Amino acid sequence: MRPDEAHAMKARLPSFLHRLDPAVAIAFGCVVALLLLGSLYSSSFLSPEYLLQQLKVAAFLGIIATGMMIVILLGQIDLSVPWVVAVGGMMSASATAYGHTGEVLAIPFGLACGIALGFVNGIGVAYLRIPSMIITLAVNAVAQGLMVAHTGGFSPQDSASAAMRFIATGDTILGIPNALIVWAIVGSAAVFLLTRTTFGRAVYGIGNRERAAYLSGVDTQRVVMFAFAISGGLSAFGGILLAGYASKAAQAMGDAYLLPSIAAVVLGGTSILGGRGSYLGTVAGVILITLLQSILSVMQMPEAGRQIIYGVVIVAMLLLYGRERLLR
Amino acid sequence: MIDWRYRFDEHRGTLLAFLVFIVMFTIYASNHPAGFTANVVTTAANKGVLLALVAMAQTMVVITAGIDLSVGMVFILCNCVASYIVAGSPGMTALGVAGVLLVGLFCGAINGLVVIYGRLQPIVTTIATGAIYFGIALALRPNPGGVDNFNSDFTDAFTGQLPGGIPASLAALAVVVLVIWVPFRRSTIGRAAYATGSSEVAAYMSGVPIRRAKFVAYTLSGLLSALAGLYLTFFTYSGEASAANGSTYTLYSIAAVVLGGVSLFGGSGSAVGAIFGALAFRAIGDLLFVFDIEPLWQPLFQGMVLLVSVCIGAARLVRVRNRLDLFG
Repeated sequence: MRPDEAHAMKARLPSFLHRLDPAVAIAFGCVVALLLLGSLYSSSFLSPEYLLQQLKVAAFLGIIATGMMIVILLGQIDLSVPWVVAVGGMMSASATAYGHTGEVLAIPFGLACGIALGFVNGIGVAYLRIPSMIITLAVNAVAQGLMVAHTGGFSPQDSASAAMRFIATGDTILGIPNALIVWAIVGSAAVFLLTRTTFGRAVYGIGNRERAAYLSGVDTQRVVMFAFAISGGLSAFGGILLAGYASKAAQAMGDAYLLPSIAAVVLGGTSILGGRGSYLGTVAGVILITLLQSILSVMQMPEAGRQIIYGVVIVAMLLLYGRERLLR
Repeated sequence: MIDWRYRFDEHRGTLLAFLVFIVMFTIYASNHPAGFTANVVTTAANKGVLLALVAMAQTMVVITAGIDLSVGMVFILCNCVASYIVAGSPGMTALGVAGVLLVGLFCGAINGLVVIYGRLQPIVTTIATGAIYFGIALALRPNPGGVDNFNSDFTDAFTGQLPGGIPASLAALAVVVLVIWVPFRRSTIGRAAYATGSSEVAAYMSGVPIRRAKFVAYTLSGLLSALAGLYLTFFTYSGEASAANGSTYTLYSIAAVVLGGVSLFGGSGSAVGAIFGALAFRAIGDLLFVFDIEPLWQPLFQGMVLLVSVCIGAARLVRVRNRLDLFG
């Protein structure tokens, strides 16, 4: 389809669809298709309880993917997610063990540890110009080392604080899980940050061309540093919620979140090269991946089959809308 | 004179990696309780050769400015395949070895085809294909194990010592370099791979066969990962579909490549450098062992070494005269 044809076609669509990215539409379409497919297997897939449960599980991935998305919009990547998640969970659970003050400070302390690690990533990428893939990898290794030394290599015995359990497992209004509400708050904040602030504009600008953003007067290095700090903080927050959900932290609790968070962001239409993508797409990607995992496990698909289907779905969906332009 | 400076500049990364390795290994061997003996060298070589092969595989793709996050999974898949078919009579064993290498070539070729004709980003493509390869490995070996008629006499020849105390694994590594890397580096296709990594648009304009270069690079990457998987089977006589092992090797291969002076932006570096990077990385890990430090601190130490060594790479910033050069 030629660009002007596409434009003409868009003009005929209702106005609210104008701004809809085809990638986001396809991702949401796949979510609906998955639900319909699941409902053929068992009607409980369309029940409100099941859907709310899925959204609650999706909230953990969603919060982690929010940070990942901001970093990917810059054209960078954050591979330190696995152990920053674990740091968030373990540090907040450890703080809980220190009496009443510790219990109050558990969540802020876990967050602060994640933000600190994020700052190390950010300084490395922004000021030392180390490729993000390698510095975040190194920070991941350091975080792992710190946690193994701290816990002695065993699963820590400290349990999560009441507040952590409350935000991860409780529900307040109309049976809506608190985790979902937390995700909604984080998501709204991210949308506001990305679309309504100079910081957000700068993130997109840097993702398109850092040189140009710098020449336009943006302090690109500071923006990159803070973006990584946000990502670190959100990863740790995801870990805090996970620890609250399981009521304790565990070794390698974050390992299962690195690749799904990248996949969710990319499936939502965000370009891995940076500069393009919307938060709505990430939401679609997160729900899609959570549903896919859930439906495959309900169908009692063995782990091997799940991995294969998971990989095939990512490649197939990206072939639908994630292709780059032909070099000419 | 000028020619020499040019050649030195080209090989600086490799030479630096070689120096780091020599220093680390000297410290290691001179503090080893058994001293600098053939057995100590063989043990160290056997540990290092796996990572060296995987790092070579990573180098192939990194040279074209891509990244292969499936190397660890191809490695695991080939380990699982080899644990079934490297067995029986000498003829069957040879067929089995050829079969394993074919599996690796095939995995690499799929990565290459999806990246080239699907026009997807290498990083997401190989995450997805890596999940597929791991799924197949898990289907083959749901539980770790081997076959009864595993040809261990044959495989021991590759892991023992040659006459004169030279580790057979190092000799095999040298053969791999001579048979795969040197011809690749000196061929038109190899040059094309470097040109593609340096600037894809410029390479395209100059009529460089970009697609063929990328395809060969990805396919050889698969082959080298398969060799590593084969070698792992030679050591363990069994196969294990371990996700942790696969992702560790993928991540360490990136670290080894960077330590070995290969640019993650593509177009410069050598697989020989990556080999020394890998051996140095392993030697660092083993240092703790000879200094008798608590194993609990090992991950932290390894992480800190990685972090410091990538930060040293930032020293090049001092030579940047124009601030805009920072932003690439």
